[in-house]
Amino acid sequence: MHLALSLHEAVEMIPDGARVMLSGFMGVGCPDGLVHALAKAGKRDLTMIVNDAARPATGVGPLVAAGCVRKFIGSHIGVNPDLQARMQRGEIEVELVPQGTFVERIRAAGMGLGGVLTPTGLGTRVAEGKQTVEVEGRTYLLEPPLRADFALIAARSCDYVGNLTYMLSATNFNPIMALAGETVIAEPEEIVPVGVIPPDAVKTPGILVDHIIKRTA
Amino acid sequence: MMQDVMTMDPKEIIARRVALEIRPRTLVNLGIGIPTLVSDHLDPALGVFFQSENGVVGLGHRPPEGMTDRHLTDAGGTFTSAVPGASIIDSAFSFGLIRGGHLDLTVLGGLQVDAKGHLANWMIPGKFVPGMGGAMDLVTGAKSVIVAMIHTAKGQSKVVPECTLPLTSQRRVDLIVTELAVMRPMDDGLHLLETGPGVSLETVLDQTEATLIVPDNVPQMDLSRTI
Repeated sequence: MHLALSLHEAVEMIPDGARVMLSGFMGVGCPDGLVHALAKAGKRDLTMIVNDAARPATGVGPLVAAGCVRKFIGSHIGVNPDLQARMQRGEIEVELVPQGTFVERIRAAGMGLGGVLTPTGLGTRVAEGKQTVEVEGRTYLLEPPLRADFALIAARSCDYVGNLTYMLSATNFNPIMALAGETVIAEPEEIVPVGVIPPDAVKTPGILVDHIIKRTA
Repeated sequence: MMQDVMTMDPKEIIARRVALEIRPRTLVNLGIGIPTLVSDHLDPALGVFFQSENGVVGLGHRPPEGMTDRHLTDAGGTFTSAVPGASIIDSAFSFGLIRGGHLDLTVLGGLQVDAKGHLANWMIPGKFVPGMGGAMDLVTGAKSVIVAMIHTAKGQSKVVPECTLPLTSQRRVDLIVTELAVMRPMDDGLHLLETGPGVSLETVLDQTEATLIVPDNVPQMDLSRTI
């Protein structure tokens, strides 16, 4: 498989029912081209692992609106009435995870850890049915790793070997999710020759990236 | 000064009072809504850095018209800017700051706070489920937690004997600031520290469903004070 794919080719790889990690925070740092292509392709029964449901037209919103999503795993759905309505009708199952736990579970999956111990959620609904562990006199919730078949990443720059940089608050979940997807597809804003991105500036090494979305002229 | 204060918007009263709690050279996280207003009342010379969960340490004000950029937003998804000396971190690092004891203060809104200092601010079962976002991590992990909210909602007190809504954390918050009162939950109950500008003790007691521990003399908020 070539490193560079068209949006169409990338979407062809993702089957109905796939578990898909989507980066972004309120749609910022989200690979919008991939989202729209998936929605247009009419995918079904996707499990979307994404921090928030954004607003209906941003982030994961278009996939929700197109009826592609069966399950949503994330921390916030408050400003997407479309997803709220679908949840109430039973069309979409929602698993709410505290944001810090959400990102640590993804990090655990990507870094080969069997889960994380966090104080967040203790004594709340989040703790229901979960194991607690005591370490050095403190109690923690055991939260399992969260992994995905695909991780969809939005990068600022990408070079020919797939090294990625991010920009400002569009960084958010991108470098973490790039570790936790079985297949990692990055949609960069620009593609530059090898060497343009200094090694110190690379936030996701290209060896983690399976595919780059081609730039259309 | 009091004339000015008497005509102030309730939200501004809360924001101005909370601002007096912020110490120089600290890291502070402000929630959506009233808490966001707090930074307007701080002298930039204090060297306070504002964090937003989405990975900014050193959040600035809204950029000039036409200068917004979609790569730089706050935790509400609103365009923002960054102050000189700001830094950008990813979401794991951002919540590491929050849980790891590096965040000095968080100011959050609330649906209910109870006499034990428990906060509920992420869902109303059967009505509205926005989700907790970063609130559970913030309340659990910040060194200090201030709840900043309007005292009542639809005529109902939001300061209650025991939260009926799902809790955000089992951690006791440190201070509750409304337009009517400043309250501190402690082991023996909820202490009334101050009343709002021009607000009588009777009004506070009438509007508060939780039992308050009231000292002999309750001062009014002094909003003319600076840090």
